[in-house]
Amino acid sequence: MNTVTLAGATVEVDAEGFLVQPEQWNERMAEEIARANGIEALTDRHWQVISFMRNTYLQTGSAPSVRSLGKTSGVPIKELYELFPKGPSKLAAKIGGIPKPRGCI
Amino acid sequence: MSATIEKVSIIISKGSLEGIYPGLIMANGARMEGIEANVFFTFFGLDAINRAKHEHVRVATVGNPGLHLATWAGAIPGVSALVTRQLAREMEKLDIPPIPEFVEMIADSGAGLYACKASVDLFKLSGEDFIPQVRDIITVGEFYGQAAGGEIIFT
Repeated sequence: MNTVTLAGATVEVDAEGFLVQPEQWNERMAEEIARANGIEALTDRHWQVISFMRNTYLQTGSAPSVRSLGKTSGVPIKELYELFPKGPSKLAAKIGGIPKPRGCI
Repeated sequence: MSATIEKVSIIISKGSLEGIYPGLIMANGARMEGIEANVFFTFFGLDAINRAKHEHVRVATVGNPGLHLATWAGAIPGVSALVTRQLAREMEKLDIPPIPEFVEMIADSGAGLYACKASVDLFKLSGEDFIPQVRDIITVGEFYGQAAGGEIIFT
């Protein structure tokens, strides 16, 4: 298991940089992960998606698909891809400190 | 993970449900990974973007050995519709959208949707017959131009 230092704390990550233990995450880490992945600043709209992803994962044990993100997060699919050009569910999960979603849809 | 794919161009050439979904799943999956994607619909694959037909795409129940259904049984009126409904229900459980919603979702993800000019001419169709998300009707040569620098996947 790899470890990296984020916002002054050492956290465990997988080979692609997703946090292995969501409880090690905090909001300052989110800003750092976002910058490292090409998003300079997180807006309220980014946070709406990130919080929705993280809360759904913590409550249900799995992250929502892009389809259900588009339907239930309050951010439509077009905007999801504008906010997270490198993949909304993947990137929002990474920034939100939860494991990489494994769905195909 | 060292090598990465940056761009894919997917050709959908078949008009059955099982002929259309794989290409859509590949295209959507590419966008989910941040990979640039184009989808080129040709021959009966055009049904996926045909506004009059995209809600009526069915599973082929004749000539489809994968179903393990006797040919005569697959030919009974209503069987194709029944198998299609069953499959649609199972897919909904897995959060796989119906074809019209899926195609719209893929367009919203920023993928380019294109219709094949030769097939459009062959079936005497025009831009009016397609859903508004279709960017253009293009020739094979233009498709290769669009696909340049990426991978081409034929389905």
